[in-house]
Amino acid sequence: MSADTYPPQSYFAAGYGPRAWFLTTDHKRVAWLYLVALTAFFFIGGAMAVVMRLELATPQGDVLTADVYNRMFSIHGIIMVWFFLVPSIPATLGNFLLPLMLGAKDLAFPRLNLASWYVFAFGSLFTLFAVIAGGVDTGWTFYTPLSSLYSDSYVSAAAFGVFIVGFSTIMTGINFIVSVHKLRAPGLTWFRLPIFVWTMYATALVMVLATPVLAASLILIVLERVFGIGVFNPELGGDPLLFQHLFWFYSHPAVYIMILPGMGVVSEILPCFARRPLFGYRAVALSSMAIAVFGFLVWGHHMFVSGQSAYAGVVFSFLSFLVAIPSAIKVFNWTLTLRKGHITFDTPMLYALGFLGLFTFGGLAGLFVASLAVDVHLHDTYFVVAHFHYIMVGGMVTAYMGGLHFWWPKMTGRMYSELWGRIAAVTTFIGFNLTFFPQYVLGYLGMPRRYHAYPAEFAFWHVLSSTGAVVLAIGYVMPFFYLGWSLLRGSAAPANPWRASGLEWQTASPPPQHNFARTPTVTEGPYAYPEPEDER
Amino acid sequence: MSWSIPFMPEQASNFAPGVDLLFYALLAFSFGLGLVLTFLVVRYSARYRAGSRADRSGRRARSLRLEIAWTAATVAIAFGLFAWGAVLFVDRNKAPADAIEIAAIGKQWMWKFRHPGGQREINELHVPVGQPVVVSLASQDVIHSFFVPAFRVKQDAVPGRTTRVWFTATKPGRYHLFCAEYCGTQHSGMRGQVIAMQPERYAAWLEARSGGEPLAAAGERLFRSLGCSGCHGAESRIPAPSLEGLYRRPVPLASRRTVIADEAYLRDSILQPQKHIVAGYGAVMPSYDELIDEDELQMIVAYIKSLAEDREP
Amino acid sequence: MSERTQSEAFAAPRRELAADTFGMWIFLASEAMLFGALLLVFLAARIAYPQAFAAASGHLSLPLGTANTVVLITSSFTMALAHVFADAGRWRGATAGLAATGALGLVFLAVKGYEYRSEYLEGLAPVLGAPFRYEGPAPANAELFFNLYFTMTALHAAHLLGGIAVVGFVLARWRRTAAAGRLRRVTATGLYWHFVDVVWIFLFPVLYLIDR
Repeated sequence: MSADTYPPQSYFAAGYGPRAWFLTTDHKRVAWLYLVALTAFFFIGGAMAVVMRLELATPQGDVLTADVYNRMFSIHGIIMVWFFLVPSIPATLGNFLLPLMLGAKDLAFPRLNLASWYVFAFGSLFTLFAVIAGGVDTGWTFYTPLSSLYSDSYVSAAAFGVFIVGFSTIMTGINFIVSVHKLRAPGLTWFRLPIFVWTMYATALVMVLATPVLAASLILIVLERVFGIGVFNPELGGDPLLFQHLFWFYSHPAVYIMILPGMGVVSEILPCFARRPLFGYRAVALSSMAIAVFGFLVWGHHMFVSGQSAYAGVVFSFLSFLVAIPSAIKVFNWTLTLRKGHITFDTPMLYALGFLGLFTFGGLAGLFVASLAVDVHLHDTYFVVAHFHYIMVGGMVTAYMGGLHFWWPKMTGRMYSELWGRIAAVTTFIGFNLTFFPQYVLGYLGMPRRYHAYPAEFAFWHVLSSTGAVVLAIGYVMPFFYLGWSLLRGSAAPANPWRASGLEWQTASPPPQHNFARTPTVTEGPYAYPEPEDER
Repeated sequence: MSWSIPFMPEQASNFAPGVDLLFYALLAFSFGLGLVLTFLVVRYSARYRAGSRADRSGRRARSLRLEIAWTAATVAIAFGLFAWGAVLFVDRNKAPADAIEIAAIGKQWMWKFRHPGGQREINELHVPVGQPVVVSLASQDVIHSFFVPAFRVKQDAVPGRTTRVWFTATKPGRYHLFCAEYCGTQHSGMRGQVIAMQPERYAAWLEARSGGEPLAAAGERLFRSLGCSGCHGAESRIPAPSLEGLYRRPVPLASRRTVIADEAYLRDSILQPQKHIVAGYGAVMPSYDELIDEDELQMIVAYIKSLAEDREP
Repeated sequence: MSERTQSEAFAAPRRELAADTFGMWIFLASEAMLFGALLLVFLAARIAYPQAFAAASGHLSLPLGTANTVVLITSSFTMALAHVFADAGRWRGATAGLAATGALGLVFLAVKGYEYRSEYLEGLAPVLGAPFRYEGPAPANAELFFNLYFTMTALHAAHLLGGIAVVGFVLARWRRTAAAGRLRRVTATGLYWHFVDVVWIFLFPVLYLIDR
């Protein structure tokens, strides 16, 4: 983009050279650094998914060898979980919007924010190096003793990279928590915060408290591989299941790191395009916190058939059903937000409605796998794969795309093609369901996950799923082009193209370097959408 | 290959109908709730689209009663579903006492089975219809998982411990046996078949395959050759606890706890004798961890268990 | 001394100090989860093998461990002094306190290094290829004890080394730091230092004193 196309006060005007980007402490620019890195990882991970679906289009292993296939799904999981989903909304939209929504000039620790990106880049590139050097074949879950004693792939290098990226997550988490506590504009009380801020806060808490446990388990794996310390090795009296406890103590809360921000985005979009306040604001805000807390208590539901005590299974199942309650309440609130609104169907709204549907069907599938007797059958089958893709991709990535389209005018000062936006939103919705709904059926039929070849009777559903993957891939590639085009040629965006409430819309698009000409004062709650032509 | 489209797995065990009933209840509930929500979203989207003339009076009204009602309903339904699944699950963990005991070992990348009469098979497991079968699972290397979709059973085989899974086949046939826990390169090749047969055909099959040494007998031979009988035998002069009738009995320990001598206890006491010291005895037994493999361990455990069977009424 | 804040986001240095301190507490909560996870791993193993762990614990040097505990508690005291001085604007006292703290940290590491060395010579360390030599009950489980001991104390030592580096950095930049910045740095470093001390207060009894 050239210098003269932006108003001089915009944050882009502070400089266009590499120094202005790579040494910036402006949260808006750091958000862009993350956006570029995460987009790259999203497409790398996505390409691997396409290759896997290609392999699975036939029952025999004919495209890849078993070894390559195993490496493919391992690195697909590692990239998508740690280098895309965990940082996705927080590090891009969160970084950009949190200070704007708080009425602040920046995050509490701007230099820490930039440092977090460098740490992320180092850790993720290190893991990528491990992939190029030969790959990892343990799955993203690194289960012991396969990862600690038996795998001869680059486990230590990959684990080290993930460990490093963990620091970046913790840095972001600390920055967000402190900013929400200490940088709220005058009058911006806790219950005047937008839900997006609430979910960022809940996410940050989970990031700070769960990530170190992942660090501990990865340290132990590397020590086991290098020094043979035996914690997970029965020969010294260690216990392989201990790793699963540690890993899921992180990784289950990490699921909420991945989905809570998506809930936040949707809670902004739905009221805006329904032109009415979010239904049950307090219930939604508090259920976000409830999800963050309960998320720490349910890790054992990944281990119902692992050999842990049956009574532990009963307790974990009970707690898992408890987590379903706040999630269900949110879905009801979002739905009722539409009631008696004045609804328009712009691109962000289409994504938000898509989220609502996909999250609901992913969440309901969660009841199946939380239910003990049924999970015994469904555990480690494609049903689980479908369940978490409905939440992570159907939920989180859809919300991420919705948020990106919603705030794109604010971030860039440009409008994108509304028509292409709608086409892409509908394409991803169709492609997604075509890809992953058949996997529910496959799972119920008993198709185990992480299979490179499979019995022929499953072929019909696999072919359907692979076909859907192509549609889905097209849906995800489209925005890359029309958003890129809008960056160069899009028409200028007004300060508030959606007539949305919220502090971020009260400043220019793109915002000036220090966000607000003068610190705003808040006098009312969020989602104060005015009565249009007052009825009655 | 036929192109008939499968929608549900076969029901071939005592568990399958119960699990399926719960599955379909969940399915009905999910689709019901999903359809109601979809209906509401579509209806609101159409009715309250911008520019429509629909009545929007009272839009600021919030019904606390409604919110409390749906929260309470969610809680009640969630607890009901939980209880249903938990009851079935607890049943799954109670194997009948008269079950046939089959020893299974998972290793990269095959399943090895041994019947009580010593018959061995690899990647195939023959079981009689109508009679409960317990498969005790061990692993020689990494974690595997014994999964028979048609039976709706799954259980991980974890190195360093014994896990158990039981079922009663209800329909003769050949059913998939999968390894469900990712176990390395040839994970998807670690497949086999469970063959459920009428009891008389199963008996014939056993007969035809006999000749192998029964598991407990092989265990007794090992028990002598490894020198276990030197201390645990009846005439031994070294003080060691007797193993007669030990299995499933409570054992008082030096740490003043009492444990039940189940399979896990027997296994630990052979591999890590220091873990549970029986009250009144010294910690003198060496570990046999380095000396025996999973196969031999299962034989010795079978022998020790057989010492208790004679005594049971 | 100018009243400038380091971050654009804050209007006044006082608010920035409060934010820094709060941020450090959050970070320490995160660290507590790291050590907490490892302590739980240790606890699980100890419950499984109480006799083996008790016997193995007897092989650690109680005098050296006790001496190090004294050194570390003293360093926390000097760190607290540095903070009191910095808060009162008595900069010479503050630098002296910081220097003493860093020096005591180095003493701790030296003692720990000596301890590691003698354990290595005894054949207890899981260094590449070195055989494990141990006379006592259940050597395999004892090996697990020593491996966990090395893991946890090494992780603690790494944290202490980080603390010493930060203290050195604060001292090196002392002259170029404004008054508000000095207080912020001493406060944050102090919190971290005390945390590392507290971790040791947990490790020492759990590893050295069990069943003595």
